Parts: sequence; structure tokens; C-alpha cells
Amino acid sequence: MSRGTLFDKVWQLHTVGTLPSGQTQLFIGLHLIHEVTSPQAFAMLRERGLPVRYPQRTVATVDHIVPTAGQERPFADAMAEQMIRALETNCAEYGIRFYNIGSGSQGIVHVIAPEQGWTQPGMTIACGDSHTSTHGAFGAIAFGIGTSQVRDVLASQTLALGKLKVRRVEMNGSLPAGVFAKDAILHIIRKLGVKGGVGYAYEFAGSTFEAMNMEERMTVCNMAIEGGARCGYVNPDATTYAYLKDRPFAPKDSDWERATSWWESLRSDPDASYDDVVVFDARQVAPTVTWGITPGQGIAVDEAVPRAEELAEEERPLAEEAYRYMDLLPGTPIAGTKVDVCFIGSCTNGRLSDLREAAKLASGRHVAPGIKAFVVPGSEAVKRQAEAEGLHEIFLAAGFEWREPGCSMCLAMNPDRLVGRQLSASSSNRNFKGRQGSATGRTLLMSPAMVAAAAIRGAVTDVRTLLEPQR
Amino acid sequence: MSKILTVEGRGIALAGNDIDTDRIIPARYLRSISFDGLGEAVFADDRTQQADHPFDAPHFQGARILVVNRNFGCGSSREHAPQALSRWGIQAIVGESFAEIFFGNCLAIGIPCLTADADTVEQLQRTIVQSPETILTIDLEALQVRLPQQSLPLALAAAPRQMFLSGHWDATGQLLANIEAIRATAARLPYMG
Repeated sequence: MSRGTLFDKVWQLHTVGTLPSGQTQLFIGLHLIHEVTSPQAFAMLRERGLPVRYPQRTVATVDHIVPTAGQERPFADAMAEQMIRALETNCAEYGIRFYNIGSGSQGIVHVIAPEQGWTQPGMTIACGDSHTSTHGAFGAIAFGIGTSQVRDVLASQTLALGKLKVRRVEMNGSLPAGVFAKDAILHIIRKLGVKGGVGYAYEFAGSTFEAMNMEERMTVCNMAIEGGARCGYVNPDATTYAYLKDRPFAPKDSDWERATSWWESLRSDPDASYDDVVVFDARQVAPTVTWGITPGQGIAVDEAVPRAEELAEEERPLAEEAYRYMDLLPGTPIAGTKVDVCFIGSCTNGRLSDLREAAKLASGRHVAPGIKAFVVPGSEAVKRQAEAEGLHEIFLAAGFEWREPGCSMCLAMNPDRLVGRQLSASSSNRNFKGRQGSATGRTLLMSPAMVAAAAIRGAVTDVRTLLEPQR
Repeated sequence: MSKILTVEGRGIALAGNDIDTDRIIPARYLRSISFDGLGEAVFADDRTQQADHPFDAPHFQGARILVVNRNFGCGSSREHAPQALSRWGIQAIVGESFAEIFFGNCLAIGIPCLTADADTVEQLQRTIVQSPETILTIDLEALQVRLPQQSLPLALAAAPRQMFLSGHWDATGQLLANIEAIRATAARLPYMG
């Protein structure tokens, strides 16, 4: 059993008690809600005549269903309009802060909470969205929940949970040029498997993660869930504090000093014990691309789609299913695979640093003929800042579309969808069958820079071949 | 809330590992403020692409016990997935393993997810496919699935098992019973000030 880790300390501090079932009742310090998984929870609350227990610790935005081409109300999609209205009504009635479209702070829930300074070290955070693991980048224990649990948190600000084991996922060394945080986590999931993390919290430790900025750490923690881990986190440090300082809802003045010393006390002890430790070498990580139908089916961009006989026996049935669905031949190099759509955005890679890396690649180049390429900022703030830096002009000049903030084609609950068997190069987090809005649509996951490279070449491309030569 | 001691009924076998919640209920069916109507849409895309999909097979209609393989329900946290299965008629699931959020969502709406080893699951699936009329009994007290000729062992962690047996699988009331302890916990957290 783990001892002395940040996970153990935060868990202990937030434990309300032990329930008759033996589960822990855990206090949730921050509850993030959005339009998809909350309306049924509010309906259940009303049925029982219960109030929202801590509305001041509940924060709402709208992200999944918002159109990204134009956001005039009412939305053209009547169901989407009904969903945003339900959220508006629920937030107004229960006194919940709501970052609506046009507020200047709307965006993907996992992008805006850190931006506003809501996400802080040592908190427990829950949201009806599996990528809540993102907030672990700040040293918070953050996990996705279902709608009945959204109801439980609204009603009691607590959850019934079983304690997780803690695996230290250590990576050391510098990522090579052209290799990004997205590649690091795709590499880890490839090695540990999509269910390797079941029952675990992942502590991302070691010099590679320590050297990452907060946006890169968010990308890594965002995809902890894709490796089966319920949450992932990085111990808070000077990088964390520098990001949070002066954010609207970060502690101010004398509270700041108190907060940072508390945060320091939560870091995993040097002699902490873990249930498991795995160690990776950053120099072994290459630009990584998925070829199959789970995020674990990834390969380096200079590798070939694995043949069934190269895989462990238990991986073969899923590989066979993936060959058929993806229509990619085993043994064929993934580089050079023609793509149709290139999507830069999502809670994994819709932040400013992602757009900067993609713009660097796109600058002075042009999207290949016949390719639909579009960039969806993760929030109104990301969009504003990107435009202040002129990134939108680079994208537009290169032939990318420049959109309004939202979840967009990551899960295609809005009009952004693949059509038929289109193949997309996507900076998002899931390559599941049908994920991007077409029942037969296909997704290759990769870093934003790799998506930009794919857009320019019209095919999967090793981003390193487009980098400026080193002087 | 009602106790769930046993679930009895015909089975439906769904083969395959890592079946994610996007497949159980594709995202476009989430564009609603209620869970109504999800039952008809369960596995919507898979069913259009697979002519003999188990959820369309006439002999599996009315089945209550779903038998799956490894890592069932991975991916999105959408409770819409177990809601869709439940509204189709599924009352219990047996599989080699389940994704955690999916497992928790099933627990919250009263669908026991029990595990069994690969051989047991395969045997169950074979039996169901060969004789769809077979009545299975999932016994949460004895932790076994009973077939006409034999019983096979199942596993379920102590906490969720206790919740089903005691009828406390709906957490809200239990959580609210500790309101003083909730306040006390909040009071010792620096950021709650």
C-alpha cells in the first residue's frame, strides 16, 4: 500500500469517514459541471427536493455541444440549444458561477478551470467527464464521474469511493526535438496498455515531467485515463506556482504565502512508498501515432503498422478488429498514410502552447490540396491570446480554418464531424470507432505539431523532417 | 432503495475486449437533457455495421444478463452507457474486467458488474449462444452464476457487493447522513476559507 505520496495525503485530508459499504466518503473541493452530464443530475436533485450543498465550489461552462463555426443563439441544433438553456436555468436557479459563451472565459471545462485559477494543488476535483484527470497536472486529485455521482456531489459535495493504489510513472531525460508531451503519454500508454492503470492513480515523476510547463503536464495527465488510471498527477513545484500566481481565483496577498507552504507540504515525500514503479527514458520516445482503435495501439512515426504475429497473443484479436476498421495493412509504414481531415484542438491539445507549436510548423507553408484542416482554441482566453500573437493569421494564410472555442470534433457532439470513412489526423485523445462523428470515420492520434505536418503533406509525416535544421 | 440479491433471466453474449462507451452509446445520442430513448440506441453504430449483432438477434431479445470480455466500458465517463444498457433490459453484467468509471456508474444505477476468469466467461458465452433459452441466476450472496446443470464462481469486491445486498447502492442518502462530518472536513481545508 502506498504511503507518503501526494495522493495519500490529499486523500487523507479529504476523508469525511468510512461508509457502511466500506468505501471512503471523500470531500470534493471543486466540482466542475457542463451541459452534457449535468441536466439529468439536476433533475434528480429536484425530484428529491435537495439543494446544491456548496454552490460556491461549483463552476460551470458549456463546451461539448457548442458549434465552433458560429455561435449565434439560438443554436441551429435545437437539441444543443435545449442543453445550453438547461444549464443556464440550473446555474441561475442554484446560484452557480457559469462561464457562458461570450463571457470571455468560456471554453473546454479542463482548459478554463486552470486558466481561471480554480484548479489548485491539494484539491480534490470531480467533473462528469473522464478527462478531469487533466487537473492532476497541478497536484490535485481529480477524476471523472458519472451523472449519478454528479448528483451526489451537487447534493453533498462528497463521493463514495474506494482508495486507489499509486503507481509512480517516472520518465527521465529530455524529449528529443520534435517530440512532445503528447508523444510521451502515447508512448507510456502503448507500453503499459489501455487497462494497465486500472485501480491506480498515476504519479508522473522524474526529470522529464519536472521540466515540462503546466500545459504539457496537463496533456500528460489528461490522457492518464486513456491508460486506465482513474487519475494522474504531478507534484506541485515552482512551475505550478508561477502558472497560478495572479490568476483570478488563485489565492492573493498573504493567502498566497500560506497556500504555497501548504502546497509544499503535500508533495510526495522523498521516501514515499508506491504500489508500483515504472521507469521510462525520454530519449527513447519518438513522435508517436496511433494506428488502431484504442489509444494503446500506437507506434513511432517511423515504424510500420505491427503484424499480428509481432504482438502479444492477447492483443491480436483487437489488432485484427483494428486492421479491418482502419483499413491499414499490417507491415505498412504509417508515415505516408493519406489523411482527409486535420484537427487541432480538444482538452488534450487545445491550449496556447499547442497552437504555437502547430503554427510554427504551418508558418510559411500551405495545407495540401483536398485536406480539411481546422484549429479550435480550447477557450475564449486561448483564442484571444493566440490572436494577439498573430497565430490565427499564420493558420489562415496556410489554409487552416480558425474556429470558436469548444470540444469540436474530439467527440463530435456539435456539427464538426467526420463524413463516411474519412481518416483524420487528430490532436485529441480518443481514436475509438465512430468517435469523431461518423460511424465509420477513422482517427489517428498525434501531437498538434504532427497534425500540422500531416495537414501540410496531406499524409502522416515525421514532424522532424519539417523542423528547422539545428545550427 | 431496493436490495439486489439475485438477477435471473436469459443471457446475451457480446464478444470482444476493450469495448468502449462510445460504442455502447455514440456521442450523438448524448444530445438530450434526459436519458429517455437511449435503450433503442444502444450499440447503434455497431448494429448498423454488423448484421448479426447480438442486440438485434431475435433470440436475445428480453435477455437480462450481459456477458462480456475484458475491460468493458472503457473510455468516456458517460453514464448514458449503462443507462442505455439498462433501458434495453440489462440488469446485470458478467465479464473478465470492467473499466472503473463504468463500474461505478453501473453501481450507482443498480446494475451489478461481476467478474469471472476467462474460461468461465467463455463457457458462459458459449452456453448462451448455443442455448439462448437457458435461464441464468446471478447470486450476489453466494457469488456465483447458476445454470441448470452447474454453478460457476463470480467475483465482486466487498464494498459494492454489500451495497447491493443492503439496498444502499444509491449513495446520496448515505452521504447526506454525515452532514456534520462533511462540514468538519470542509472546515479543515485551507482553500475552503
